[in-house]
Amino acid sequence: MTQPLDYLKETASQTAGPYVHIGLAPAMAGFHIFEKNFTNVVAGPNTRGEHIVIEGRVFDGTGTPVRDVLLESWQASADGKYNHPEDFQQKPVDDDFRGWGRICSDFETGVYTIQTIKPGPVPGRNGKVQAPHISLWIVARGINIGLQTRLYFSDEAAANAADPVLNLIEQEERRKTLIAQRAERDGKVVYSFDIHLQGDDETVFFDV
Amino acid sequence: MKTTGNNIDRRVRYAGEYFQRDRAMHPPAYTPIYKTSVTRSPQKALLSIEQSLSELTGPMFNHNDIGPLDHDMILNYAQDGEPIGQRIIVHGRVMDETGRGVPNTLVEAWQANAGGRYRHKKDTYLAPIDPNFGGCGRCLTDEDGYYFFRTIKPGPYPWRNYINSWRPAHIHLSIFGPSFTQRLITQMYFEGDPLIDICPIVNTIPDKDAIRRLIAPLDLNASIPLDCRAYKFDIVVRGRRSTLFENRLEGN
Repeated sequence: MTQPLDYLKETASQTAGPYVHIGLAPAMAGFHIFEKNFTNVVAGPNTRGEHIVIEGRVFDGTGTPVRDVLLESWQASADGKYNHPEDFQQKPVDDDFRGWGRICSDFETGVYTIQTIKPGPVPGRNGKVQAPHISLWIVARGINIGLQTRLYFSDEAAANAADPVLNLIEQEERRKTLIAQRAERDGKVVYSFDIHLQGDDETVFFDV
Repeated sequence: MKTTGNNIDRRVRYAGEYFQRDRAMHPPAYTPIYKTSVTRSPQKALLSIEQSLSELTGPMFNHNDIGPLDHDMILNYAQDGEPIGQRIIVHGRVMDETGRGVPNTLVEAWQANAGGRYRHKKDTYLAPIDPNFGGCGRCLTDEDGYYFFRTIKPGPYPWRNYINSWRPAHIHLSIFGPSFTQRLITQMYFEGDPLIDICPIVNTIPDKDAIRRLIAPLDLNASIPLDCRAYKFDIVVRGRRSTLFENRLEGN
């Protein structure tokens, strides 16, 4: 008899349901309870880097906006440094930047926005550099396990062309589902990034 | 502004990768018994990627993020009295797949009140709103991964899936860990609830043992006599390999 391996199993995921806001963003549910709330404002006024807005909607397989979706974003600073003890890069830490946001779509329009800064490039595997990107995690009623994806930037064409993760996507046509389109509006830089849960334009989601 | 990093080794080093996720323990995206998943489930295969710094890191939390009553749902929204219902403690440990406790992990909880209604502007169930119950709480795990909440046992409630569908009593739990890769949302159910076996959302999980691990047993030893009962709910997040470090030459 060999010895058993005895690893525990990860707890099973369950949908966040339609009322995820109660626990994770109570103000959206219609009441105030916690002194400190987590929001879609990722960058403070003193955060270094180019301040940007990301705006988009999440669509279901019928093309209907998912109006009860909750997203979380995770990104590096303008220097390409994660505010985390395991980022060993020799780069300055921006103390005014946690890098994490919690974002709800509008219940009527389904539009979500993130106020942040554009991240710098970060290291990938095997000495490769990754193009600037933001990691996204998406939950909602009907999503049984959180969906993970990335947002890249349309004005980084050369870096995107060399990005090791984008290049893993065999169908070149699908790479564009991860690229946010840059525009200027009222003096602000706004990137548009829609997510499609299903269908011809289905966003590339990751198994990490 | 400060600089971190090792002055000797200028190569980028990685802490250990996280174990591959066992998708058989999780519900697949497309589960027609849970009707809402039909149009919200990706149909194309997920892209398997190697973990980079972007996946190995994640937001960190500390006690500045939470208030002193955030973990106490009996008191944290009390207006002119305490909420109606059965008083309970929910406690347990957040561990990784190797059984190690995961410290400083943010655990967030939300639930319906004793009548089965959420304090949410979109919930229109006819059960009453409890003026003294918000229905949400949060805490950080301690150095050994332990967490606890005090709350009111939630009621079951009807929902639009089948014509006569009822959710078993449940508490939603959201768990971080030190990496974005460990992010997880699940639901805890209560031992002895006959609605568990017939719930389409529970049954999105194909593995019976994985379902069993979502059912919290009554834990009389952790109860407070003449005050409240306790339910124990352990949570497992993804484990990781570890690489060699100067200060931890033994690896794992």
